[in-house]
Amino acid sequence: MSNFLNDKAVERLRIAEALPEFSGTRYILREFLARGGMGTVYTAEDKTLNRRVAIKILDSSDLHGALEERLLREARVLAKLEHPGIVPVHDAGTLADGRVFYVMKFVEGSRVDQSVASVSSLPERLRLFLRICETVSFAHSRGILHRDLKPANVMVGAFGEVLVMDWGLAKILQSDAPRSSEETIVSTAPHSDTIAVAPATEITSPTQDGMVMGTPGFMSPEQAQGKSSSLDVRTDIFSLGKLLEVMVKPAKNSTAFRIPRVLRAICEKACAENLTDRYGSVSALAADISQYLDGMPVSAHRENLWERTQRFYIRYQAAILLITVYLLMRTLFVFFDRP
Amino acid sequence: MAFDHPFVSGGGNFPQTRWSVIAAAGSDDSAERSRALDVLFTAYWKPVYKYIRLKFSETPDEAQDLTQGFFMELFERDLLSRFDAHKSRLRTYIRMCVDSFVLNEIKHAERQKRGGGALHLALDFPAAEGELNAQTIDPASIPSPEQFEEFFEKEWIRGLFSSAVEDLRQFCEIHKRQAAFSLFEIYDLSGDETWSYAQLAEQRGLSVSDVTNQLAWARREFRRLVQLRLRSICATDEEFARESRTLFGGKL
Repeated sequence: MSNFLNDKAVERLRIAEALPEFSGTRYILREFLARGGMGTVYTAEDKTLNRRVAIKILDSSDLHGALEERLLREARVLAKLEHPGIVPVHDAGTLADGRVFYVMKFVEGSRVDQSVASVSSLPERLRLFLRICETVSFAHSRGILHRDLKPANVMVGAFGEVLVMDWGLAKILQSDAPRSSEETIVSTAPHSDTIAVAPATEITSPTQDGMVMGTPGFMSPEQAQGKSSSLDVRTDIFSLGKLLEVMVKPAKNSTAFRIPRVLRAICEKACAENLTDRYGSVSALAADISQYLDGMPVSAHRENLWERTQRFYIRYQAAILLITVYLLMRTLFVFFDRP
Repeated sequence: MAFDHPFVSGGGNFPQTRWSVIAAAGSDDSAERSRALDVLFTAYWKPVYKYIRLKFSETPDEAQDLTQGFFMELFERDLLSRFDAHKSRLRTYIRMCVDSFVLNEIKHAERQKRGGGALHLALDFPAAEGELNAQTIDPASIPSPEQFEEFFEKEWIRGLFSSAVEDLRQFCEIHKRQAAFSLFEIYDLSGDETWSYAQLAEQRGLSVSDVTNQLAWARREFRRLVQLRLRSICATDEEFARESRTLFGGKL
């Protein structure tokens, strides 16, 4: 046979070699889902349980096993975070072709920004946002930062469940360790629009200052500057603020609602340039949103007398109307009842 | 050309070497330099030859002369030392060097037949010419001027895969797995998409699962050998990772 490979053979080899080899596992490869910075996500069928799953598989270009370790750490992070808002991990391991993988629940749904586009009610959108906050707050309580919160990483499932996805850039904070060594990169760049740039020649497990990780438009200023050692929960709060801006933005040409000033103030506080000007915790941010929904004052906005009156009127509108009607009827009764 | 390499004797799933062709090309050690020359010639001479033939419409004789001249210039003028891995991929840099070299030669009309005391590379130009004729037998397959970059990349991939197939053939001979290579040759290399695993199993008197396993083994080894080759012609780990993604970026 000639050594010359025709175009068909070259293409066939490229495709065949790109596909993960599932021999010896309980999974049958189904279809390509998404491609990220270090891995690819496919759907597969679990032969044992006869159900569809999603499998994230490391690309085959891992030279020294560093990415392998990161993908497994990402799986371990997900396994540690048992919460209805986080996709559960079912399995992890190494394929026959040497590529590391982990298996997670397959979620059918849409990105949160696409999902809210069909929701015209602002309170409904805010209640969706509160569920994202619950999940992120839970992760923070377990000492984990997401570091890549954005619409593409939040899914609304078929039953209305809200799922925070892709913990590829997550960082584990260990409260009992000194700050300089208390963090660990779990993984890099799960999405093509996500930056994971390391000026150093090799990324090691501990986060290095100068390493930029996140997504432009959603990452905090300290993330963009690569100040890895100064990241804390307020970094995720910044991204949540950006996410909130997207979620409350009315659809184009829509007259459904305008973004209220109070809500804008909440976004501004969450996305403050300075760390100390932001909310101190996700629950504080969520509390402000809940306060707003309940027609109560929020910490992000100091209201004037007119706004306070307006809010009072909106909150007690029904009672005010009832009392007004009662007083009016009483007045009329007194007036007509005069001899 | 004769190419003594350590690829076929390797093991494991991923290339472990951190050897850099760029560093070796500039090394004081003549054996290292010679190895770098071998690696680069093997990976690039055919893409360079075909590229010159088509892009600059040179005759086979002129293209051979220019190909020889280009590689001589690449090493005599130490052009690889100017390569910056942060700015481009090595193959892009080499293609740009080819453009610059050929345009310069044409402009100054100083081209002479390389011979005498000059380095003469024993390259199989008739084989490359035969491949090119087969590739361009259909006029529609001749790349347009804006497609030459893509053409060069395609030829580079073809060259890399061809070398890895040869490595795999040798590896299978060493490890007495010629049957697996033969299956791989028919199913993946022939370009004949009518073969099924069941047909192959029947033809070879094997079970379908044997065919599946042997093909899986051959592909796994092929991937490892491609990666070893690829790593040897990349300047940095980062470039290797990028190129690997380009190569194996297929979707279902």
